[in-house]
Amino acid sequence: MKKSYQSLEDNSTNNMKQVIYRNLTSRILSLGFVLLLTFSSSLTAQEGDAEKGKKLYGVNCASCHKLDKRMTGPALRNVEARLYEDEGLDRAWLNTWIKNSAGLIKSGDAYANKIYKEYNGVAMTAFPQFSDQDISDILAYTAQPKPTPPVIVDNGPVDGGGQGDSTSNELILGALALLFALLAGALVLVNKTLNRFADAKGIDVVVDEKRTPLWKVFAQNQFLVLVTTILFLLASAYFVYGSLMSVGVDQGYEPVQPIHYSHRIHAGENAIDCKYCHSSARVSKHSGIPSLNICMNCHKSIGAVADATQAEGINEYGVDYNSEIQKLYKAVGWDEDTQSYTGETSPVKWIRIHNLPDFAYFNHSQHVSVAGVECQTCHGPVEEMEIMYQHSPLTMGWCINCHRETNVKVEGNEYYTKIHEELSKKYGVEQLTAAQMGGLECGKCHY
Amino acid sequence: MHINMKATFKLTVVLVMLLSIVSCNKKSSRSYQYMPNMYESIGYETYQESNIFKGGIEAQLPADGTIPRGDFMPFEIENNTEGYEFAKANLINPIATAELDENVAGPLYNIYCAICHGNKGAGDGMLAKKELIIPGSYADKDITVGSIYHTIYYGKNSMGSYANQLSENERWQVVAYVEKLKADLNK
Repeated sequence: MKKSYQSLEDNSTNNMKQVIYRNLTSRILSLGFVLLLTFSSSLTAQEGDAEKGKKLYGVNCASCHKLDKRMTGPALRNVEARLYEDEGLDRAWLNTWIKNSAGLIKSGDAYANKIYKEYNGVAMTAFPQFSDQDISDILAYTAQPKPTPPVIVDNGPVDGGGQGDSTSNELILGALALLFALLAGALVLVNKTLNRFADAKGIDVVVDEKRTPLWKVFAQNQFLVLVTTILFLLASAYFVYGSLMSVGVDQGYEPVQPIHYSHRIHAGENAIDCKYCHSSARVSKHSGIPSLNICMNCHKSIGAVADATQAEGINEYGVDYNSEIQKLYKAVGWDEDTQSYTGETSPVKWIRIHNLPDFAYFNHSQHVSVAGVECQTCHGPVEEMEIMYQHSPLTMGWCINCHRETNVKVEGNEYYTKIHEELSKKYGVEQLTAAQMGGLECGKCHY
Repeated sequence: MHINMKATFKLTVVLVMLLSIVSCNKKSSRSYQYMPNMYESIGYETYQESNIFKGGIEAQLPADGTIPRGDFMPFEIENNTEGYEFAKANLINPIATAELDENVAGPLYNIYCAICHGNKGAGDGMLAKKELIIPGSYADKDITVGSIYHTIYYGKNSMGSYANQLSENERWQVVAYVEKLKADLNK
């Protein structure tokens, strides 16, 4: 390694004598380096194949390295040229590093130790299986220029998030109200002016002949009054009953959350299991709201959504998904540039949607793990919801109904074997419903 | 003329009232509660906001040194490269082979791991297919029982810790399942 570096230096000094502009030095250096690579017998590297490199990169490197952004390891675009220009390290150094980084660190190499410390002492996996050709391929892939991002068509000014949306709605409504007020004012003025014209020209405004007013005719017809009264009473009873029945029922409740979290993208498009985030639904009374470290399991790597998703969010839902991810980073104290936690955290004040009254007991694990009820049975098509809302009424009648209709899952559950035998004899049925197992007893939920 | 004006005015009032009823139909607030004392808990609800706790939230981490009831084995290997290497070389699965159950571990693996690592561990989960997170196949990984457990417990590189989603027993079940997937892949 040392030898080749030495000869490289000689090579470049020779070149340097012929240049006038000093800022060309690095160019010449790399040219010299390339020449050296081409003719050197100690370095067997050939022209790399970027296509092959891309595959190798995807399988071996991509879990820790992005091309343009720091991740577990440094960004790798143009790594070879950058290393050479900034640190004077050549391909031989890179080969040694990739094949056995730990060995290089132990040998006391200054830059190897510096980078090891900079990335919090995370050792890079050794790749002794790579041939020099493989490494050339990968480096050829990393040396490809950055593709220009596709231009997103700008559909006029877009407000970020739902809040901006509601203010713009209010603005429009306000403007409309103002318009109507102006129109009404104009009508009154026109009427006044017309009357004044009529007065001035001595024309009598034709006034309708005095007729018996409609309400008097109506009041005199007793049958009509009776029918109307009955209809009116029935209608009001209907509405009063409806509004009383909705007391304490929050079906369709859809509050605006502090972070616009799309279940449609997470559970629908990406098909992440509900229990990935709501893991305590398996084992406890509550289906917990995930703490932010669970978000960071994925969002440590995913700092921005795909361009198509971003455009969809802005055009269809009026939300900037990338800025929502930034809200998460701010709350959890994640610094994207250094890929580390700052320690400054603040809780996200999610608004609770599903809430049973204090006098009713409900246990998630009993339903999710023991009964094997799908989450969607009660929570509805969550994987299609852009914003979460309460799908079911969560009333007692609704609970009871399901207990009457649902058979108990007894297969493979020793706990139920004996009681199932006895109860199915008692009721004379093959399959017991939850209600027959005692799912209607008051004390099961109210105590 | 004046009568017509009055009729228009009344019509407008009715329309405005109807509009306001319709526009208030969006459920961004809860409905009324009858006797809220029966609904709302006196004790703190999970995640309830309260300014007597740190960060203003009821949910707090247990005090340092607290251990849960029941079977509990402290995991004293540290979260660093040396710890990883130590675990890789020394840790063994404490759960008896007879108690390892694919019917328990499989669903757990499919919930927590398969989204990136793929159902068969070939590194082709949904997020990997979309090139969002690229974990690589177990077949190419130099992993042992101990290193798998250490990784689940603390996370490694861009993978986070799963210690709070899986209990100790569940973690070991999943470790055994990952071993089995790796063996299948290497066949």
